[in-house]
Amino acid sequence: MTATPPGAHTTGADTTAGTAGSDALLEVRHLVQEFVLRDYGGVKGGVLQAVSDVSFDLHAGETLGIVGETGSGKSTLARSVIQAPPPKHGQVIFEGQDLVGLPNRAMKSVRRDMQMVFQDPFRSLDPKWTISRIVAEPLIAYGIGSRAERRERVRSLLDLVGLDPASHGGRHPRELSGGQAQRVAIARALVLEPKLILCDEPVSSLDVLVQAQVLNLFEKLRAELGLSYLFIAHDLALVKQVSDRVAVMYLGKLCEIGPVRDIYREPLHPYTLALLNSIPNPDPSAAKRDTGSVISGELPSPLDPPSGCRFRTRCPKAEERCAAEAPPLRALADGRQVACHFPLSQVAASKATAGQATAGDDGG
Amino acid sequence: MAGSLGQRAGCPTATSAGASGAGGAGPGSRPGAALLDVSDLRVQFRSRGGVVNAVQGVSFTVEPGRTLAIIGESGSGKTVSAYAVLGLLPRTAQVSGSIRFDGIELVGRRERDLRDHRGRNAAMVFQNPERSLNPTMRIGTQITEAIRCHLPLGRAEAHERAVELLRMVRLPAPERRFYEYPHQLSGGMRQRVVIAIALACEPRLLIADEATTALDVTTQAQIMDLLLGLQQELGTALVMISHDLALAASYAEEVLVMYAGRVVERAAAGDLFGSVRMPYTRALLNAIPRVELEPHVLLPVIGGRPPDLSTIGPGCSFAPRCPDAQQDCRLQSPPLKQHEFGHWWACWHPCGKGDVQ
Repeated sequence: MTATPPGAHTTGADTTAGTAGSDALLEVRHLVQEFVLRDYGGVKGGVLQAVSDVSFDLHAGETLGIVGETGSGKSTLARSVIQAPPPKHGQVIFEGQDLVGLPNRAMKSVRRDMQMVFQDPFRSLDPKWTISRIVAEPLIAYGIGSRAERRERVRSLLDLVGLDPASHGGRHPRELSGGQAQRVAIARALVLEPKLILCDEPVSSLDVLVQAQVLNLFEKLRAELGLSYLFIAHDLALVKQVSDRVAVMYLGKLCEIGPVRDIYREPLHPYTLALLNSIPNPDPSAAKRDTGSVISGELPSPLDPPSGCRFRTRCPKAEERCAAEAPPLRALADGRQVACHFPLSQVAASKATAGQATAGDDGG
Repeated sequence: MAGSLGQRAGCPTATSAGASGAGGAGPGSRPGAALLDVSDLRVQFRSRGGVVNAVQGVSFTVEPGRTLAIIGESGSGKTVSAYAVLGLLPRTAQVSGSIRFDGIELVGRRERDLRDHRGRNAAMVFQNPERSLNPTMRIGTQITEAIRCHLPLGRAEAHERAVELLRMVRLPAPERRFYEYPHQLSGGMRQRVVIAIALACEPRLLIADEATTALDVTTQAQIMDLLLGLQQELGTALVMISHDLALAASYAEEVLVMYAGRVVERAAAGDLFGSVRMPYTRALLNAIPRVELEPHVLLPVIGGRPPDLSTIGPGCSFAPRCPDAQQDCRLQSPPLKQHEFGHWWACWHPCGKGDVQ
């Protein structure tokens, strides 16, 4: 019994829709984002497909971690979800509504429920504004509350993210440390009471102690406010800390997606294993890194991706079939999906597609 | 005099210059001696806001062919210490104490002598390869510039040497890359070029200041393996400066933990994890997200921020944030002492055995 249904080519991603049920907060279907590159004089130089046919679901109260190297398309994916800019093809269904092609006015009201936190807080905060003004800005933009109500809301939010409203509220971003500034960015993202927060490398510019504080803050907010996160990071250990499910991206494609414990215990895609092997571990008693399986070579150009499986040029297990045929993302048991002709564990892979229907119950 | 600094190991001139520079106590270049011996290094910056004590009495040694990691948060003084070793600090910095490279004292040297020391004896790889490379120059030109600045080679010989260096750092197609510009390379390849420039004159000490922080994990592993491979090949001493304790512990032989301008713990990398003594190091170790941990587990964190370096209190600088701090910690600063073989720490109330978690 093999795990490849003949129709997987075209319907592979559609099978994920079956697992979603109706309770998915966000459904991304066949999302494609392209950028046209211009040479001198505006001549079309080529088309860069930054995200290529990506589909996934995110449930209410769930955190989906997205990992991958620079250039894997993870940030572009998040920006396409929030329609900045809208994707070239595909659907982004948020609470049952397709956001692609939505008029600006309607999109503005959707963005109330969908906010973003960026990597560098100092670049995402206006240096001339006070902290209170920065956090109040979304309320003003949406015309919410009176002046006094807004002030009260800002106070309670600064308090929630661990800043002192009295002493920090009147300061400017440059007077804050990196961790404090990121807390301000989080407070600003929370002020409209969103349902989904898209975090793009939110802690990678912070020192390890501050990073741990901010990670704990994300956990606390998730538990207290029932938030969903799309959490983008290149650090796999960090993603494990915050996520319920993890998606691994490579050159614009999803390699593997599934529950966090399964993926870390038993990665199915060779790229996931390579990523896991490159994590440094401070504990000398832990299993020593197998340097042989550290990934070699460079990320191929996204302008001219390899034929077939995009990872094949760096994959230790690549065979002829990988060059000829792009592996579809196929659904396996336990809510896992993998896009590989030769997944690392045949045990998990051969459980096949039978268990799809049970996959959608990890939304707590 | 300027020449003596640039001399190779074992030259009689180097030994005599070391003796005159260091007041007779110089170990010269006897086998087993430290290549770099920093003792009681202090660096002050004077500004309008007052005096900032960036480094307050740091001592360490590096032997040839060994790897030392200096770790700490932003502002802990790790980079300033490295800059002092290379003589890269601005004039506003007041450096005292002693930095001896192969027995020769560097503190108080003229800029001309230090320039000769840099590149030939010691070189540095910085965090951001984009900023270390000139975007308007071909990478080959940038490498040959470094070579010809320090070595008496002709144009053709320098070219040959540059291609050889690019091959050594495993840049694919080095003959072609020689004529390319930095923007044509990926981040990992640019860092390889920077490493090639640093190795151009076969320095005996290489300082890597957050050399892999801006890179992806996969590229980070590649670059670290490259650095350690080259180190074994060439016998270079390597000082890696990082905020990442996990990275340091898995690649270095010895780890030096800095906090607020002081060394607070120093141990062999293998020993540090199992028998951490300084509560600050323990806090750092605990704060690292690790793949062995279950998802959604809160990380043990400590509050507070590193102290202001313009005012030095009497006690341990970590005491205000330390969960184990007692009355005596606030009164007197603990000295850095070797309490166990090969394990130094500066703490009045060190953590017990296997106290991680």
